[in-house]
Amino acid sequence: MPFISNTDSERKKMLADIGVKDFTELLANIPSKFQLKDPIALDKAYSEMEITHKISELAAKNRANVNSFLGGGIYNHFIPAAVDHILLRPEFHSSYTPYQAEVSQGTLQYTYEYQTMICDLTGMDISNAGMYDGASAAAEAILMAVRNTKRHKAVIAGTINPLYLEVIKTYTDGVELELVTVPTKEGLIDLDKLKTVVDDETACVLLQTPNFFGNIEDAFAVEEIAHSVKKVLFIVAVDPISLALLNAPSEYKADIVVGEGQALGNAMNYGGPLLGFLATTTKLARKMPGRIVGATLDVDGKRSYCLTLQAREQHIRRAKATSNICSNQALCSLAATVYMCLMGKEGLKEVADHSLTKAHYLAEEISKIDGFSMAFKAPFFKEFVINTPIPANLIINKLESRNIFPGIDMKIVGLDNMLMIAVTEKKRKCDLDELVSSLKEVANV
Amino acid sequence: MSKTIFEIHSEGRKGYTFPKNDVNVKNCIPEKFKRAQDIKLPQVSELDVMRHFIELSDKNHCIEKGFYPLGSCTMKYNPKISETLARNSAFNELHPFQSESTTQGALEVMYELQKDLAEISGFAGVTLQPVAGAHGEFAGLKVIKAYHKLKGNTNKKKIILPDSAHGTNPASSVLAGFEVVEIRSNGKGLVDVDDLRAHVDEDTAGFMLTNPNTLGLFETNIEEIAKIIHDVDGLMYMDGANFNALLGIVKPGEIGFDIMHYNLHKTFATPHGGGGPGSGPIGVRKDLVKFLPTPQIAKKDDNYYLDYSHKDTSFGKVHPFFGNFGVNLRAYMYIKMLGAKGLKRASENAIINANYIQKKLEKYYSIPFKDQYCMHEFVASGEWQKDKYGIKTLDIAKRILDKGYHAPTIYFPLIVHEAMMIEPTETESMETLDDFIAAMIEIARECEEDPELLKNAPLNTPVRRVDDTLAVRQLDVKFIL
Repeated sequence: MPFISNTDSERKKMLADIGVKDFTELLANIPSKFQLKDPIALDKAYSEMEITHKISELAAKNRANVNSFLGGGIYNHFIPAAVDHILLRPEFHSSYTPYQAEVSQGTLQYTYEYQTMICDLTGMDISNAGMYDGASAAAEAILMAVRNTKRHKAVIAGTINPLYLEVIKTYTDGVELELVTVPTKEGLIDLDKLKTVVDDETACVLLQTPNFFGNIEDAFAVEEIAHSVKKVLFIVAVDPISLALLNAPSEYKADIVVGEGQALGNAMNYGGPLLGFLATTTKLARKMPGRIVGATLDVDGKRSYCLTLQAREQHIRRAKATSNICSNQALCSLAATVYMCLMGKEGLKEVADHSLTKAHYLAEEISKIDGFSMAFKAPFFKEFVINTPIPANLIINKLESRNIFPGIDMKIVGLDNMLMIAVTEKKRKCDLDELVSSLKEVANV
Repeated sequence: MSKTIFEIHSEGRKGYTFPKNDVNVKNCIPEKFKRAQDIKLPQVSELDVMRHFIELSDKNHCIEKGFYPLGSCTMKYNPKISETLARNSAFNELHPFQSESTTQGALEVMYELQKDLAEISGFAGVTLQPVAGAHGEFAGLKVIKAYHKLKGNTNKKKIILPDSAHGTNPASSVLAGFEVVEIRSNGKGLVDVDDLRAHVDEDTAGFMLTNPNTLGLFETNIEEIAKIIHDVDGLMYMDGANFNALLGIVKPGEIGFDIMHYNLHKTFATPHGGGGPGSGPIGVRKDLVKFLPTPQIAKKDDNYYLDYSHKDTSFGKVHPFFGNFGVNLRAYMYIKMLGAKGLKRASENAIINANYIQKKLEKYYSIPFKDQYCMHEFVASGEWQKDKYGIKTLDIAKRILDKGYHAPTIYFPLIVHEAMMIEPTETESMETLDDFIAAMIEIARECEEDPELLKNAPLNTPVRRVDDTLAVRQLDVKFIL
């Protein structure tokens, strides 16, 4: 049997040592009527060769490696080969949560380094070790604000990723929280409307920038309104790549910063595993969800690391914990850490700059095509929405056969004849030009 | 002591190569939105990075290095072929917004996994969306909420769970908006049915139970327990952390449970990753399928598709997309490779391995429930060593590290003093177990002969005992750049 060590004769010997004649004696606690009489119905067992064959058959039914402009929170950024070589180290791969610090210093130290880098990008004081994804990180940030303010209203920009909003709804309806969504105006949060909904019942204001449409929000203006009422916490969801160029959230006085970290060295994997990050101020540190690693000393005075502030967590506090999170996405945070080390300060800026400038080149070129125009005037980062002369799904269908995934149909947020296009540094000018010429052709038919 | 990567940094050094930007566009961002102060990520070479992380990796224990009997975590060996195959770019470069016609292979994997998990556990429907055990608990509790809401059961506020429950159970219950009522375990380490009966009333929404429980014991009164809960229209939730004991032996869906979560990173051999990514799908009985998150993966004729048809009754989404697809793909392969016989054999050998260690250690350590056969794990106690020699379970655990093993889960479950929860898994051989048993016996002797050795342990690990109170007192959670 694969991966199962003991043979029949070893089992026999062990059963004898235990003092039973037969394996079934060990099941004494299970009422016999509950013990299965028939085998479970599964496929025959696949050998290593057979599973390899099976997976390549399945892979052939997927289409990847196309000229894709899909984004919406998941991005196809470049991943240096060295990242995967580190991920495959069994010491990182097959170990678990670093409960025994003395034999987990590897995991603990890289997590400390990860926290440092997230703090560097966001400008915040403290980061946790990671969360499931950007959506659940945003939801947990709202819960954190509710706990901190004891208020029961959360104001959320209508320009946030709609999938985040769905997850937030699931996470918050247990705490009797009123979610108020601020309407959108020209692809940005409507600041006048925001002013009318922030009041002394409000726990937090959640803004995403660049927002779902790729537009850069005026976080300074939003912060001013959010903090005009005492105690209200300003939560911002960001794209970590953008932070190489755009304001650190500390510049606009964010209280909690969350985001999707997949773009940092993690493959898209059909939308999971992802990596949520959450960072905040020292003042709010003890209200945070998730694992946190701290530096300390061992008995010989040697610098070492351990899980810290554990009195917030479910294994200690149980029903009073700040979150139920236990296993998170450690290996994805390792990928992010290795990625940020390899790219470094200059590399991440190049990634951001390539994405930004190539997106702007493409937007300009598409705008020149008859019938196409920018949907919004707002500044954007690496993703933008265009008006299309025919329904977006028609364009998507037609281009699919040319091995181009042109973007996301904005019908998912109720907008007709709009296509959202994401660009990363992986795109060459010829890839961008191919999309432009194809759009020209399909729209003219 | 390893330098941090920030101390290896040297201005101008590069760990990447990049093509020249072949478009020329300027002034894309208004000044106001430009970052005031540059980021400070380290500047290091690729070799610097490799050396640094290899050096760090050397300081971790892992399954390939040695036995890892961390109870409740099922640290079984993870097949390497799954890693190789999951790296196929036709899987790991799929984007979740691709059309269904371009992801048929991935959808087939998910459909098959839903089906296989349902078959293995005896449930009607499975969602793959939850990405961890605690996430699955939360999703399962939302199903309980949705069930009562649809029935108009407005009074259902309470979730009952035993005092041996994982900490995530009460935490998830509160997150889902329930009150938690904890009941006692009886002298045999099982749910105290009388105490349960005393706490169940019309307000009871459901009961959460790990089975086998966290003492490694199968809850023999499960039928009676389920009846008590069902009589007040409560739902039975199974925490599947210990499902590795039951494959091909018992189907939770047939013994009174209505909902369960699976920990694919435990039972189905996907890597634990240093603390994730895991995967925590849930299975439910037939009338609860309509409450599961959207989309479900469905099949019509020969086509697989994302099914949103139950959107009106679904409790919502717990993940923006389809859960941890990359992890689910590995679990799919594992199930295919083992098949029905292999999975059953896995549980049987896990049970034999646990009972073997329990038996061989019973003279050396207190084992509170040794008069029952355990399932895939058991709980020993360091209370003899504590009473006689003043040695705590923490000391024993640290000494186990010196012997080249990971320590068992300690001080859990809370109902056993000085608890050590030992789970060997089926992938370990008899020789490995014999060596571990010998080491444990040696430690018991060391407690007697040289208690100071234990109190000073560990001696052979990359760092010695770390001061976690200092870490809280002088909070240092980032390197000052």
